[in-house]
Amino acid sequence: MDIVKSKSFPNEIIVESTTANLVVVRKFVTEAALRSGIDEDTTNRIVLAVDEACTNIIRHAYKNISSNPIEVCINQNKNKFEVVITDYGKPFDPNSVKKPDIKDNLKNYKKGGLGMFLMRSLVDEVDFRRDEGQKNVVRLIKYFN
Amino acid sequence: MTNFKINFRESSNIQIIDLKGYLDAHTAPDFENAIQKIINNKQYNIIVNCKNLSYISSAGLGVFMAYIEEVRKNKGDIKITNMSSKIYNVFDILGFPLLYEIMNTEEDALKKFTKSI
Repeated sequence: MDIVKSKSFPNEIIVESTTANLVVVRKFVTEAALRSGIDEDTTNRIVLAVDEACTNIIRHAYKNISSNPIEVCINQNKNKFEVVITDYGKPFDPNSVKKPDIKDNLKNYKKGGLGMFLMRSLVDEVDFRRDEGQKNVVRLIKYFN
Repeated sequence: MTNFKINFRESSNIQIIDLKGYLDAHTAPDFENAIQKIINNKQYNIIVNCKNLSYISSAGLGVFMAYIEEVRKNKGDIKITNMSSKIYNVFDILGFPLLYEIMNTEEDALKKFTKSI
């Protein structure tokens, strides 16, 4: 068993699905990443990916209805830093999201569609699953070289 | 908790927006309202100064995308200045530097505008 769970710091938080809580999630992930010795630049990338995942959950899985839970859990070992984000909202098909065409977005005054692309660009692995038919689980993984 | 602030200035008929703090899905509507307010006044030469911007997510980037065509159709532009490398990296991942004029300083952007007016 090589998962390291800090004894003095929680490795999970649960927040309500409102954008006001994005700052809370960012603070939690920032502190955990820095505590585990990840450099500031990589920490910033992980935190932004987590922000994008949570924003997608609030907007799409929960359709901007607050008071629903978002669980953010951190697992780490000597090889990787992993953030697992769980929601109980609408199922999400990651394959339905195309890579954004920025020029096309500009012409059509579109402002969405960037989050998924950013997430995939910022961390090494992004994995989406529908678990037990009732929850969406996103795993964002940064491997240590 | 307020972690995002917007300040409006004007110089030589060019509208300058100073962003401070954290621009995310929670605060992006404030930024959107700020740009909309300027456009409603038929002002289309806009500088967004990011000197004190600490953070941006795609929700913030989306605001730039939503208004740039309208501004350019009216012979204006949104020029973005004074970004930290942290903020620039996010713009860069999405290819924004090819589509937006991103300048080191506000003075550079003002000069560019006054040449083209």
